[in-house]
Amino acid sequence: MQMIEKKVKIAIIGGGPAGLAAALGAVEAGAKPDDILIIERDTCLGGILNQCIHAGFGLHMFGEELSGPEYALRYIKRVKEAGIPYVTDAMALSLSKDKVVTYVSPESGLVKLQAEAVILAMGCRERPRGALNTPGARPAGIYTAGAAQRFINIEGYMPGKTAVILGSGDIGLIMARRMTLEGAKVKAVCELMPYSSGLARNIAQCLDDFDIPLKLSHTVVKIHGHKRLEGVTIAKVDENLKPIKETEEYIECDTLLLSVGLIPENELTEMAGISIDRVTSGAVVNNFRETDIEGIFACGNVLHVHDLVDFVSGESELAGKSAAAYVRGELPRGGKQINITAKDGVRYVVPQNVSGNALDENTEFFFRVGGVMRNAYIEVYSGDELIYRKKKPRLAPGEMENLKLDAKAVETVRQNGDLTFCINRS
Amino acid sequence: MIYDVAVIGAGVIGSMTARELSRYNLKVCLIDKLDDACGGTSKANSAIVHAGFDAENGTLKAKLNVKGCELMPEVCRELDVHYKNTGSLVVSFSDEDDEAVKVLYERGVKNGVPDMRIISGDELFAMEPNLSKNARCALYAPTAGIVCPYELTIAAAENAVQNGADAKFEFEVNDISEKNGVYTLSNGKESVEARFVVNAAGLFSDEIASLTGDASFDIKPRKGEYMLYDKSCDGFVKTVLFSAPSKEGKGILVAPTVDRNVLVGPNAVLTSKDDTETTPMGLAQIAEGASKLVSLPLPSRKTVTSFAGVRPTPTTGDFVIKKSEKMKGVLHLAGIESPGLASSPAVAVYAVELLSEMGLELVKNEKFVPERQKVVRFREMGDNERAELVAKNPAYGRIICRCEGVTEGEIVDAIKRPMGATSIDGVKKRARAGLGRCQGGFCMPRVAEILSRELGIPLTEVTKNGKGSEILTGKTKEVR
Repeated sequence: MQMIEKKVKIAIIGGGPAGLAAALGAVEAGAKPDDILIIERDTCLGGILNQCIHAGFGLHMFGEELSGPEYALRYIKRVKEAGIPYVTDAMALSLSKDKVVTYVSPESGLVKLQAEAVILAMGCRERPRGALNTPGARPAGIYTAGAAQRFINIEGYMPGKTAVILGSGDIGLIMARRMTLEGAKVKAVCELMPYSSGLARNIAQCLDDFDIPLKLSHTVVKIHGHKRLEGVTIAKVDENLKPIKETEEYIECDTLLLSVGLIPENELTEMAGISIDRVTSGAVVNNFRETDIEGIFACGNVLHVHDLVDFVSGESELAGKSAAAYVRGELPRGGKQINITAKDGVRYVVPQNVSGNALDENTEFFFRVGGVMRNAYIEVYSGDELIYRKKKPRLAPGEMENLKLDAKAVETVRQNGDLTFCINRS
Repeated sequence: MIYDVAVIGAGVIGSMTARELSRYNLKVCLIDKLDDACGGTSKANSAIVHAGFDAENGTLKAKLNVKGCELMPEVCRELDVHYKNTGSLVVSFSDEDDEAVKVLYERGVKNGVPDMRIISGDELFAMEPNLSKNARCALYAPTAGIVCPYELTIAAAENAVQNGADAKFEFEVNDISEKNGVYTLSNGKESVEARFVVNAAGLFSDEIASLTGDASFDIKPRKGEYMLYDKSCDGFVKTVLFSAPSKEGKGILVAPTVDRNVLVGPNAVLTSKDDTETTPMGLAQIAEGASKLVSLPLPSRKTVTSFAGVRPTPTTGDFVIKKSEKMKGVLHLAGIESPGLASSPAVAVYAVELLSEMGLELVKNEKFVPERQKVVRFREMGDNERAELVAKNPAYGRIICRCEGVTEGEIVDAIKRPMGATSIDGVKKRARAGLGRCQGGFCMPRVAEILSRELGIPLTEVTKNGKGSEILTGKTKEVR
C-alpha cells in the first residue's frame, strides 16, 4: 500500500480556535473552501476549548461570556457551513520547508500533502514535573492541570480528593475552582513569583470566592509518597526564587496539579527549519504572521501563548487572510524590513518584524512585560524619536498588551526603519 | 504443579536467567513481588553495557562483565531491543586521574577487555567534540555500549514466557521451606513449588537468602540519582563519558541513550531499600559532576525528568553467585550491582551452568525461539511501511503519544503481548508512550482509556504501577 499523495492550496495544522479562525479568514479573503484542509488530531474540532467548560470566552469577540465549547462551536458551525474540508483523528508527523505536510489517521492512512501555503496552528503543551526536577519519588497523583481538566471535564473522573496546585496561571486557577466544585478539597495554590500570572478576575472567581489560599512566592520543594502522592512540602522562596528552608510546610494531599508553564508545540516548525524566537518559543513572524519561510504562517498559541482566545481568533484570521493572499500571489512584498526590538521591561513583541510597505495604522502589535508594573509608560521609539507613549495603571506578565501606531508614527518608522518597545517606569 | 525452577525476581538478572532456562525442557516460574517485571533497580540505572575494565581481576564482576558485553549485541538483536555500540571514555583531568586511567587500562587488559587504548589530543576531541577542554587523556574502550534496560528486561521475560515459562506477579515470597527435594515458596496466601530456586531478588536478595537460612551477605542499598535531557540535545555526547573513578565509585557520567536523550548521573548515597527519591543535593551533585566532563553548559532548561535507582551493593564486594549455605537447591544471583546490566547475558548462562552442576537436568527445548515476536515501532518506519501498516490495521494510524510518536496499535500490542502491560508504567516500558518531553501530559488519559478498554476494567482501576497507584479516585460528583 502506497501512501496517498494529495495537493491543497492551504494546509492548516490544528483545528482548534487558531486553525478554525485561520480557515475562515482565508475564505473571507477569497480562498475557495475546497482549497483548504484543516488537519486536527483530536476526534473533533475545537482544540483545547472543548475541555474549557468555564465561561469567560468571547467577551471581546462577541461581547458575550461563553464557555470554551460554546466559543469553539461558533467557529465550527461557520467552518461547516462554509464547507471547509477537515480531517480529524489525524496527526501531522512532519513538515518540510517545501510545504509538504505528512499526516496519518486511521481513516486516511498515511498522507503526503503538498501545500502551497501552510498555517501552523498547533497550540501548546504543558510543562511537566520532570522539567522542574522536583525532588521526591514518582508516585501517581501528579498531573498537569490540563490533563486533570481532561479527566474531569471530558471523561467525568476525578484525579484525586485533596489537592495542592502549583502555579497560579489561569489554568491552575480554573482547576482550583473546578476541583472544588466537584467536591475535592484544594488546600492551596502556590505561586513561585510574588504575583500571579493569571487574570485578575480568575483570582477573584476561582480562589477568593472559594476561600482557597493563594501562597505567592511559594513553591513545592518535595513530593512525598511512592505509589500514590501522600503530600507535598512547600516553602517560601527568596528574591532569587530559592526556597527558604525555615519556611517549609508539609501539606497532606493525594493530588498535585501543575500549571507551571505552557510551551508552544513547535516540533513541526523546527523540522521545517523555521526560525524560532527564544523568548516566545514560537516562530519569528512578520505582520502577516508569515514565518521566515515564505508561505508558512503561524498563529495562536503555537506562535505565542495567549491569555484570551479572542486575540487568538483575531490573529489567526489575519494569518488566514495572509495565506489566501499569498496563494494568489498578492501578499505585498518589498519595502524595508523593520525589526522590532523589545527591551527594558518588554519581554517580546509579535510580530517580530514588519515590512515598511505593509505597516499602517491598523497594524496591531502584541507584547508582554516582564514583571508587574504600576503607573508605568509603554513607550515606542523609532530611532531616537518617541512615537508612542501611554500610561498604564497596571501592567503584568499575565496580561498581553496590544497597540497600534497613528499615521504620524507610522511615517516616522517608515523613514527610520526601526522600532523599539520598552517600558518607562519613572 | 512442581516447577523445575522458580526464579525470584523479574529484574534483568531474573528475566535473562528465566529466558536462558526456557532454552531447555524445564517448567520455569518467574516470580516478582511487584505488578510487572522490571520494577526495581533494573529500570533505574545508567543503561550502560560496560566494557569490563572496572572490576578487579579475578572477580565474578570482571569475568561476567566482559563476557556479557560480548554477548549483548546478539541478545539484543534476538530480542529486538535497542542497543548501540557507542564505546566509552574514562577521562583524566589530573595527575591522579592519569594514574587511575592507567590502572584501569591494565586491569582491562588482564580482564580480557579487547581493543582498549589510552587516547589524547586531536584523536580524543575528534571522538568527543564537546569534551571538556581540561581533559588530558582518556581510556577508550570500543566495546562499551548502551541499551534500554527496561526494554531489555521486559523483552527477556517476555521471551521466556513465549517459550513456556510462567510469570507470577504481585507474589512476595516471605517463606521458603524444603521437603523431599522440593522447595515451597510462600507469600502467606499461596505457594509455588519448585525443585530448584534462583534468588535474583536484587535489593531483597539478602532477605531471600535469609529465608533459606543463609546470612553470608547483606545488601547495602546505595542510591544513585539521574537527570534525563530532551531529545533535542541528541549529539551532546557521542560516547559514554566517565570521570576517572574515585573511592566512591565509577563517578558521574554523561551518556547518550538509545532513544537519543542525554543521561547524567549517578551519585552514590547509602539509603534504605525503598528510597527512590531524588534530592536537591543529589541533583546538584550530578549536575556539577557532569559539567566537569563537557565543554558546553548542561542543557538544564531541557530536563525531561529526573529519577533515582538503588544499587543492591553486596557486603562481599563482588557478585554473590553461589549455592545457598543451607538449602542446596537454591542458587543466589545476588548483589548484582554495576556492572550487573552489562553482565546479565553472561550471568544467565553461568547460572544455568551452576544449576546443572547442582543437579538440574538440561534437555534442549527443540521448540525454543530466541527471537521474541517483533515489536512494531511506527516511529522507526519509512513512509511506505507506515502506509501499509495503517491500511492493515487502522489502530496504527492513531498517534497517542505525540512526543515519542507511539500509535494506538502499539499500545494495544503492549497490552496483548505475552506478559503484556497491565498499567500505565507497563505501557511506558514496552511501547514508550509517556516517556517523552511532556511526560504523559498529553497521552496518559488516552493510555488509561486504552488500558481500561483492553483489560475490561473501569478507569478507576487503572494504575500507574500496580495496586495503590490508581490514577483516578472516582467519578465526578461522587467524592463526598
